[in-house]
Parts: sequence; C-alpha cells; structure tokens
Amino acid sequence: MEIRFAGYGGQGIILMGNIAAKAAVLYDGKNAVYTPSYGPEARGGAASSNVIIASEEIDYPYVTSIDILVAMSQLGYENNAPLLKDDGLLIIDSDLVRLKNGAGKVAKIQSTRLAEQLGKRIVANIVMLGFFTAVTKVVSYEAMKKAVLETVPAKYKELNEKALEIGYREGEKWQE
Amino acid sequence: MKNKGEVKFWNGSIAIAEGAIAAGCRFFAGYPITPASDIAEYMALRLPQEDGVFIQMEDEIASIAALIGASWGGAKAMTSTSGPGFSLMQENIGLAAATETPLVIAEVQRAGPSTGMPTLVGQGDVMQARWGSHGEYETIVISPSSPQESFDLIIRAFNLAELYRVPVIFLTDECVAHMYERVVVPPKEEIEVVERLKPNVPPEEYMPFKPINDIAPMATAGMGYRVHVTGLTHNEKGYPMTTSPEVQEWMVRHICDKIRRNEPKIRDIEEYRMEDAEIAIVAFGITARAAKAAVKMARRHGIKAGLIRLKTIWPFPEPYFDNIADSVKKILVAEINYGQVKLEVERSVHGKTSVELIPKFGGEPHKPFEIYEKIKEVKNGN
Repeated sequence: MEIRFAGYGGQGIILMGNIAAKAAVLYDGKNAVYTPSYGPEARGGAASSNVIIASEEIDYPYVTSIDILVAMSQLGYENNAPLLKDDGLLIIDSDLVRLKNGAGKVAKIQSTRLAEQLGKRIVANIVMLGFFTAVTKVVSYEAMKKAVLETVPAKYKELNEKALEIGYREGEKWQE
Repeated sequence: MKNKGEVKFWNGSIAIAEGAIAAGCRFFAGYPITPASDIAEYMALRLPQEDGVFIQMEDEIASIAALIGASWGGAKAMTSTSGPGFSLMQENIGLAAATETPLVIAEVQRAGPSTGMPTLVGQGDVMQARWGSHGEYETIVISPSSPQESFDLIIRAFNLAELYRVPVIFLTDECVAHMYERVVVPPKEEIEVVERLKPNVPPEEYMPFKPINDIAPMATAGMGYRVHVTGLTHNEKGYPMTTSPEVQEWMVRHICDKIRRNEPKIRDIEEYRMEDAEIAIVAFGITARAAKAAVKMARRHGIKAGLIRLKTIWPFPEPYFDNIADSVKKILVAEINYGQVKLEVERSVHGKTSVELIPKFGGEPHKPFEIYEKIKEVKNGN
C-alpha cells in the first residue's frame, strides 16, 4: 500500500506521514516505512511525505505508484495525480483542491474549515488523518489515536484528539 | 524481522545515535552539516542524559582531533559528518590510524563532488573512506541498509574500533539516515559490547604500540602509564624514529596487516538468492534495497539473479569475490556514483567473470526497474 501526503510547507504534511507510519508500526504491528521529501526550504513550497505499509518485508522504501493520494493543495494534487493508480483513491481538502476532469475514486473533506471551527487551523492535518483513517482503514483508529497523542505536545493532546475524531466521523459518512 | 526487544519507530540517524550510546559512546564532537546534523542534534540531547559529553566544535578538523583526545582519555568517541566535512577530517584520520586510536565516524553521504547537493543522496565516498588520508594505512568501513542495521552495525563499528584500535567509518547515506522504520532494540544484556584491551604490566615495562596477537593493549590517561602519542613514525614504545627504515616498515606493516589479516573476521556480507544465481548484483546502503526488489522481479521472470549485499566494504572481501567469480556468469555493481566498488570487484575476480557498473547520478537512489532492466539486458546478451 503506497501512500503520499501532499500539500505545502507549514501544513504539517511531513508529520502526517510520520504519524501514519508510526501508527502502523508501533500500534498495529505492521511493517511500514516513512520517507520525508527533504528539500532545502524550511517552509513554503511543495511538501510531501511518503508511507508504504505492508504485512511483508518492504524492500524499496520509496513510492513508485500511488494507491492513496492525500492532497491538501492544488499543486500537491496536480503534481501527484499522474502517479495515482487507476483504481487508486484520491483524498482532498475540497476547499483547497479543485478537481480536473476524469478524476477516479475521490473522498472529499473540508479539513481546514473543520479545523478552523475547532479554533485552530493548524490541526487541519490531524482532521485529515482522522478522515484518512476512516476512509482507507489501512491503520486502525486506535493505533492512529495513540500515534497522534504520542507525537503532539502534552498541552495540545485534547485538541488533537478532537480533531482526529471529527475527521474520523466525517470519514465514516463517506461512501464510494 | 527481529521480534525480541523494544519496538521503536526511528530513522537511521536516531538509530545511529542510540546504537552508539548502547555501544558505550560517551563523547561526541562535531560540526553541523546536512544531511548529518540530525545525529549531532540527537546526541546533544541524549549524551548529557547518559553522563556523556557533547561538544560542537569550530569545524570538522577540530572535531576529529577532539575524538582522538577523548579516545586516549578512555572514552568511546564518535562524530558525524557528510562529504565536505569528511574531506576536512582526512588529515586526522591518518593521525588516528597511525596512533592506533579507536574512534567512529558516521558519514552520511550526499551527492558530490565538493559541496554538491546537500539534501540529496550519493555513495561517492567509498574510496575516500579507505584512501582519503596520505600514506599507508587501513580503515574499516561499514554500510547499513536500514534503520535497524544502523542501530545494530554502529554497535559493531564501536566493537571493531576497540578490538583493532582503528578508526571505523560508518558509511551511511542520506536515504537510510532519513527514512523511518521499525527498529527492535534488544535488552541491554543481550547487546555485545567490546572494550579495548588494557595493559596489566608494571608502567616501566609497558609498550603502547607493541602488539600481542595483532593488537597492543592501550593505556589511557589516568591509568598511571607514560605514553607518547605521535603521528611521526614511531617504535613500539611510541618514540619518534623518523630516519629508521626498519621501524617505518614495521609500523606500516603492523597498522595495515592487523586489518588485512583479519579481513575474514571483519567481513559481513548478506547473500540473497545466490544459491543458484547466474547474475549477481553487488550493492550496499540504500541501493541494496532497490537491488533486492530488482532480484525479486528477475526471479519472477525466471532469471537466476542474486544479491550480494556488502555490510562491510573495507577491508574489501577479495577472497570472497575471487570465489564467487567461479560460480556466476556476470556481476553487476549498482552504486550511486560513477564506479567505485565496481573497481574493487573487478580487481578481485581476476578476470574470471565480467563486471559491469549500474551507476546512478542526480542525487537519487536507483529505482528497482532500472536495475531489473540491466539484469534483463545482460541475460538477453548471454
């Protein structure tokens, strides 16, 4: 299962990959590898992170064709959509990504708007991770929750847990 | 997959740092450089918690000089750097080799030459790790392919440094250093840690460079022994003997032969599907993972390919390749450079089989299909 999270620097795109893979390895007992895309910029510009999850040994750690693309910016969508498999799943923040014709399977959420309603736009990535968890089921909700809570600073645990849950509830409503 | 132990989710850099601490490293001196700074940053956090010392030095020359001092002070010492910083360290790597000082250099390779591409991968420092300083000497060079191996093999790096009194280069790369994966940390009591041989003779009888079975016991500061440590050609007592042909021959043979003679013990190679392989791929570091995927592709298409993965690169396992050359038709060497390990393989097979390079440029690792395409091409050419 090859997954790419794509957006722009500052959205927490890199962290999304880290948390998703950590959830799979530490709390679901699966094999996963996470590779950040590593450019010279600290913020701004295109950002992406890559996760491969498998039950068997993972030889090549980089994404070659995408099963699940999570796009949180127009550029992230346009740059990576050509690598998405024909039967792959596209997950977007529908306020940030305008789809072109011929998109295949798509799941949409207004993750940034939902995060703003929580009072912190910065947790849009965690809302999206919750949505991702419900829609794809590649990691369990429990594992994802543990990975989020283990990663975020103590005083933001509650906020992030709420963000994850809101995203997850949205995801449960999604139907193919 | 290892199961016994505590499961961590670490990248190669964290695994190097934690492995070093598990091996007993309590001194780190370094200078920041992409993509190796993560190791220094992590050590700056962790070493004080272990009663260790972290120093950010003014440059890489000072960093390795501090390591040599720390090692003679009795500490297990490490630094981390990348190509340009490694170049600056070369003079003192020679000093460490000549003074038989155990230390470990974690070198996270990026694309060169010169300052090159700081954030992108390369494997162009293989020859430098062996030949970078002037004169005759030997180093041990280790290459991991995963965060797990970064942990396991950095421990081995320290053990070999202590055992042979030699600088060990831990030659990793940007890809392995930055990728996160499962790392299983065994219980402390199951980790084998080697300490350097110490003298037990009265101070007046001690000779700091007189080997007993290849290696001389090493006195460190505060033990009560007088020791003269110099980069000048020195005798068994450590005294400079700068015009004696006999002493120079003895010293050079000693610092080289203690490694060369023990090559079979130092050698660490993993074979995959080599049992009936006609085409062998040789790879190390991140490249070995693409090569393994390529071997699997080839096998699915009925091509008898196998992988030879070098976990130690130097001393080069010449006898191993001389032997392998009798059973394979072709050897392909995949590396992110323009041909370095390939030259060594070619030299070692004595013309018994042909050796071809699968180079890679541009600061990227090979893709599995690039290696597979070459395997197919070679197979069809047979």
